[in-house]
Amino acid sequence: MANVALRDVRKTYPGGFEAIKGIDFDVGDGKFCVLVGPSGCGKSTLLRMVAGLETITGGEIDIGGRIVNQIEPAERDIAMVFQNYALYPHMSVYNNMAYGLRNRGMPGPEIESRVQEAARILEIGPMLERKPGQLSGGQRQRVAMGRAIVRQPKVFLFDEPLSNLDAKLRIAMRVEIRKLQRRLGTTSIYVTHDQLEAMTLADILVVMNGGHVEQIGNPLDIYQKPATTFVASFIGAPPMNLLPLRSDEIKSQIESGGHGAGEAGLLGIRPEDFVITSETVAGGVALNLTVEAIERVGAETFIYGSRRNETQGVAATPGELPPGEVIVRIPGAVAPAIGERIRAAAPREKLHLFSADGRKRIEL
Amino acid sequence: MVEHRRFGNLLPHLVLLAGVAIVAFPVYLAVIASTHDNTVIANGQMPLYPGSHGLETYWSTIVSGTGKTTRAPVGGMMLNSLIMAIGIAVGKIAISIISAYAIVFFSFPFRMTAFWTIFITLMLPVEVRIFPTYKITSDLHMLDSYAGLILPLIASATATLLFRQFFMTVPKELVEASKIDGAGPVRFFFDTLLPLSVTNIAALFVILFIYGWNQYLWPLLITTRDDMQTIVIGIKKIIDVHDALTEWQVAMATAVLAMLPPVAVVVLMQRLFVKGLIETEK
Repeated sequence: MANVALRDVRKTYPGGFEAIKGIDFDVGDGKFCVLVGPSGCGKSTLLRMVAGLETITGGEIDIGGRIVNQIEPAERDIAMVFQNYALYPHMSVYNNMAYGLRNRGMPGPEIESRVQEAARILEIGPMLERKPGQLSGGQRQRVAMGRAIVRQPKVFLFDEPLSNLDAKLRIAMRVEIRKLQRRLGTTSIYVTHDQLEAMTLADILVVMNGGHVEQIGNPLDIYQKPATTFVASFIGAPPMNLLPLRSDEIKSQIESGGHGAGEAGLLGIRPEDFVITSETVAGGVALNLTVEAIERVGAETFIYGSRRNETQGVAATPGELPPGEVIVRIPGAVAPAIGERIRAAAPREKLHLFSADGRKRIEL
Repeated sequence: MVEHRRFGNLLPHLVLLAGVAIVAFPVYLAVIASTHDNTVIANGQMPLYPGSHGLETYWSTIVSGTGKTTRAPVGGMMLNSLIMAIGIAVGKIAISIISAYAIVFFSFPFRMTAFWTIFITLMLPVEVRIFPTYKITSDLHMLDSYAGLILPLIASATATLLFRQFFMTVPKELVEASKIDGAGPVRFFFDTLLPLSVTNIAALFVILFIYGWNQYLWPLLITTRDDMQTIVIGIKKIIDVHDALTEWQVAMATAVLAMLPPVAVVVLMQRLFVKGLIETEK
């Protein structure tokens, strides 16, 4: 059991490329920390630095009160689960789990009991004599977890462990990983690019982009109060609508709510925060949309609407949608027809304001 | 196959059988000749069925030597050939697997230079560097010794390249998992890399054993004593006799005996050999 602390951690490759640009955060004892971000944001590099598989070129990493910068991976008291599992193909499941313990000179009976215990927890008892090649993806995943568990390390490190599984299994394993981590109470750092995994697993969510941290916090806080437009569009699916605030109808609607929008340049509204209504919403924002496309997924429906006639000559926003396009999520399968004009409104407390460059959140 | 007509496979089979006959007939002839008396072969009318002198010929060839030509028995030559072939195969594999290990898994200054240097030696087989190699072997007093037969031949760029290609397909996570599991470079090599390379090693062993067994020029140069001769040279010497009738039955028996070990190696290791050449799953 241990906490992990990163202090101004940096990674510069010999070529001069700075992959990690000074990262600080703490993972408390027994907490589940998820690093999330798009490909190439440095999240895996950071995890590998904690593991000791990449050198640390600046700052300090502290595991359980010990600076580990110069300590070999095997001595850091960590266990890692890899994306491709990295099981030893020529060893049986039992030996895969026992290998690390044997290398540490642990006595046989102790190894036996630890492996059996891990096999029991993960329900892989009947497969102990098989080779990894004879197992399914989900079973290999369990063995990889077993190899981590038997070590009884201070920290578990997960590098996108579920991305090689099919969608259904991924959800099942996600729940299991969370349960297992709660049960063992081991501090964990988990890397993923899947925001849903990140939201569901994390005690502490670290959103990374381009080698630095965009926001750290409780997943729900991040969802409710994204600090930047990057976080706003990355966390939550479909992404938050980001509309430029100009001297147009939207701006006057916000200002008429009593407060000035101040320096805000962008307005964010999550698709799920809209309601389709003909009434006015006090202090909120209402948009007139032409329905362009509809996606019905059963429990909910996504409406892609355009405000084209109201946004003549507007440049692209830093968000992901083309200018003037808005996604609205409504429950159920009853939706307006394509081409219909609708009015989508969002209440005041669901509005997010950001500076024009998207780097700063402005409280309304 | 797509088609399953009754006579659809007839033509391919005929072609294959013809091929087999062309390859196998000389071998059959050698076996038959080795069972006949010398005079029967020499008069040019050797029958195509086995004669009655088989056991006698093989016995004298292997064990007692042939009285008329005062040659050493082939048994000793086979042993020499076997030691040389195994020595070359094992030596080549041992050296090339560790060179490939160094080149693929470690970063050190001039790593690529080392790789290309090894690569370039592909252009320098024994035949090309035969004088300097002979001089060195002679200066080291290794003429007429097993070391002299084996050592100059064991550097192998081909095997190093093969292992390098295989090692590069080993996922780097496996190395990292080993590191986290507390296995250093030596342990990783013996616990993980070597077991994974078994099929490759077997395939290479087959190829290199045959390469070693068939060596002619180098053993011819550096062995002068009869008791250090290899069987491939032995055949030649049995045929070259002066003022006497060539003992063709002995020469044929020797040729048959010379074929057996490579055939045995191929047959015994066939399964691993094929696996080693085609297997891709790691």
